Amino acid sequence: MSKPDSRAETAARLRHLLDTEGDAVAENTRGFNRGRYESTRELEDYESLKDEARAIKEDAIERLPELIDDLREAVEARGGHLYVADDDAEANAYVREVVDGGNVVKSKSMTTEELDLNEALEADGASVTETDLGEWVLQLADEAPSHIVGPAIHKSRESIAELFAETFALDADDRPETAEELTRFAREKLLAEIREADVGVTGANFLTADSGTVALVTSEGNARKTAVVPDTHVAVAGVEKVVPTVEDLAPFVELIGRSGTGQDITSYVSLFTPPTPSPPVGFDSPERGVGESGAASGDGATEPHPDREFHLVLVDNGRLAMREDDDLRETLYCIRCGACSNSCGNFQSVGGHAFGGETYSGGIATGWEAGIEGLDTAAEFNDLCTGCSRCVPACPVEIDIPWINTVVRDRINRGVAGGAGGAGGGDRDVGDAERFDFLVDGLTPDEEPAGLDPAKRLFGNFETLARVGSATAPLSNWGASLGPVRAAMDRWLGIAPERDLPTFERETLVDWFAARGGPRVNESMARREAVVYPDVYTNHVAVDRGKATVRTLEALGVRVHVPESVAVASGRAPLSQGMVETAREKAERCRDALLPEIDAGRDVVVIEPSDLAAFKREYERLLPADDAERVADGCYEVLEYVYGLLENGADPGGLTAADDGDRAVEGGDGDSGTGDDRVAYHAHCQQRTLDLEPYTVAVLERLGYEVESSETECCGMAGSFGYKSAYYELSMDVGEPLAEQFGDADRVLASGTSCGEQLDALLDSSTEHPIEAIAPPER
Amino acid sequence: MSSDTLSAFVASVEDHHASVHRSAPDAVAGTVADLIDPPAVGVRLPDGLGLPEGVATDPTPAELDAANTGVTAARLAIADYGTVVLESDAAGSEAVSLFPERHVAVVRAGDVVPGMREAIGRLGGRLRDGASAVLATGPSATADMGDLVIGAHGPREVEVVLVEDRDE
Repeated sequence: MSKPDSRAETAARLRHLLDTEGDAVAENTRGFNRGRYESTRELEDYESLKDEARAIKEDAIERLPELIDDLREAVEARGGHLYVADDDAEANAYVREVVDGGNVVKSKSMTTEELDLNEALEADGASVTETDLGEWVLQLADEAPSHIVGPAIHKSRESIAELFAETFALDADDRPETAEELTRFAREKLLAEIREADVGVTGANFLTADSGTVALVTSEGNARKTAVVPDTHVAVAGVEKVVPTVEDLAPFVELIGRSGTGQDITSYVSLFTPPTPSPPVGFDSPERGVGESGAASGDGATEPHPDREFHLVLVDNGRLAMREDDDLRETLYCIRCGACSNSCGNFQSVGGHAFGGETYSGGIATGWEAGIEGLDTAAEFNDLCTGCSRCVPACPVEIDIPWINTVVRDRINRGVAGGAGGAGGGDRDVGDAERFDFLVDGLTPDEEPAGLDPAKRLFGNFETLARVGSATAPLSNWGASLGPVRAAMDRWLGIAPERDLPTFERETLVDWFAARGGPRVNESMARREAVVYPDVYTNHVAVDRGKATVRTLEALGVRVHVPESVAVASGRAPLSQGMVETAREKAERCRDALLPEIDAGRDVVVIEPSDLAAFKREYERLLPADDAERVADGCYEVLEYVYGLLENGADPGGLTAADDGDRAVEGGDGDSGTGDDRVAYHAHCQQRTLDLEPYTVAVLERLGYEVESSETECCGMAGSFGYKSAYYELSMDVGEPLAEQFGDADRVLASGTSCGEQLDALLDSSTEHPIEAIAPPER
Repeated sequence: MSSDTLSAFVASVEDHHASVHRSAPDAVAGTVADLIDPPAVGVRLPDGLGLPEGVATDPTPAELDAANTGVTAARLAIADYGTVVLESDAAGSEAVSLFPERHVAVVRAGDVVPGMREAIGRLGGRLRDGASAVLATGPSATADMGDLVIGAHGPREVEVVLVEDRDE
């Protein structure tokens, strides 16, 4: 993949993929993702299986050198060979020597893609045939995989039919057309290759150190044929595939198919302990039996067949260094199921040809490519992780994939020039730079490198911008939407001219609360005491939802405070730009503001889900464990809090119920919604990862609303992502399913600010926060 | 083996595009005979269970190639998943269960375990002793050609013969 040197090129490349591969990728990945939800729902102990899988991987990577020794002992005891290759050159050299220019059939192996093994073997004159149908299609088409599990999901049935017809010069009459015909055709062609093969090369999903077993998770049966027909089997796998014992396989076998494609189990889970007892199938000497003459089922089942040869090539290629890296180590727990790709809004739209590096694709690819290829390769696609975190609950080994992306982004910021969304030096214009310096001046704290992309500085320091914005509103509101100004902002900052920019309110939530005279619920009458956290957006831009929160909580008997002292940013904004040290500094400041409130017995009520997610998920990475836990335990999502109050007997009589007719929302088209109790609701991606969506739905239903919940993982805006010129079109495409689902809705609710803005753009509507739907009318 | 486990097994097999045929031990040959699409190849069954006439044991590659049906034993079965566990052996069970379009797997009711955990537990010692096994669930399949297709490189049809002693 070439490195685009401007935002326009990035946008053009993404547009091309959206047009050519987007539909096929979207259909397949969304199907896999729905399947995952359905098939994991059937699994009673899903969460504990994930915990167990995680613990096995943590232990295995911790003890890796020792496990490799055990594995070597097991393999060699059966007469097999184990070779640890430091890098791709060593691995390829070893396999070349085994193959010696012969005929090779292969089953699907991402690790051999990483090594470019096929090219290395072909250079010696070997014939190499991929037997996985998807891989074979790509081999014929000379294309790269677009998904780690379904390598050819970007290709339609029609394009495969065309490819076969052209490649094999088929007459119009006997061209396979249906999926069934195409499969038959491929099977016959590939069987001919398998029969002639001298060597079968497979990957390995897992390797068990106690027995020397190679576990292969497949459905087509090609891996079985590849391993059983030729007398020589070469298995190539990353060193991280070793687990201690056979028994450790159980949780993975139950999780891998469900997590990846939504199958409870794939057709075949082969547990080969090579050299296996199966006699090689000698199609070239048909007089010799398939089995030993007179043998019965089970005979010689533990003995290696004397004609068999087995080589296990374990590949390091950067993995052992990743094992020493506290932030990248988790990547090695990955079992390559594809769940992080399928659950990712951006991946669903563009697939692995954009959201991927040299070999791997999807969210976890950032870890793999950074560790194996280096930061430059990771930088090419790392911006496509928006940190929405929908992959987190999907990952069967509980890898914090957004954190890996954040850390790598931070390293890219500190290293050589930025990634695909970067400023692109060639595009910058000195005049523009000077005009907009006021926006980013002073926005780069000392913790970050001076060369940091100005767009990242802008979005990463939204807090400062918002302060200035409110202080100078309405003047500051972006010189309105004047064409030339927006064009210049696009050029210099990479802000998409199509987007409406946030409008800063002159009176912040904190100022409004103080001017109103502070808390209104008497201390002695109060059911609870709470601080409404004035996040940057609520305080400066979406002030109405803050006011609605105050009114709602007061109506439920809560003594509410909105002190200036807690109007400090959570660190979410710099975190999403990969500015980890700035985020840490903000987190410390925010902790210092919140803990005194929590210690004084006040609940912290949070409106913006991305800030709540910072408190509950990322603070454990940024703060001492004890502090992080105290902040996390003291914070509540606003509707979660309302739910708790109602469950504990608070009277909802003062709130606005569905049939109250008049809407409490200030500035909304209040009279049009009379009596309509149906609402469409999109929970924020990070809120769903925290499992907090059900509270909002429950509260709305309790107040008589009929709620249609969004089926889309992420709206596509993802904080600042959708504002960036390079990603605007992709962002709108990611939101398309949401537009389809909610297109006819009269009233749309969203918990996140940026989700609301995206929905407004997609639906041309006016989206509200759920708290605005239920808040008492303003007096 | 409890009758609940066996009915769960039957249901799971059917969920995976395959069928179960219950048979008494002395009726196995007859049951298998009804499930064969000739020509058939097979591997001699354990525990004195019989194969019908017309199933070629000790097949040559040419016979394997021509066969429409392959008959083998399964060492274990898993009720939750409808899986049969096929052990590799010197008799060529792996190839016989893999190449023909139809695979007939014969498993004893006493070898049906409830879940994956029990199955892997039983396999642990076996694999450490050097055995190899395939957990096979339903026919082979692919989604790589633009739609789900049953029957890829491996069998397109799977029939499971469940052998129940009278006291089971």
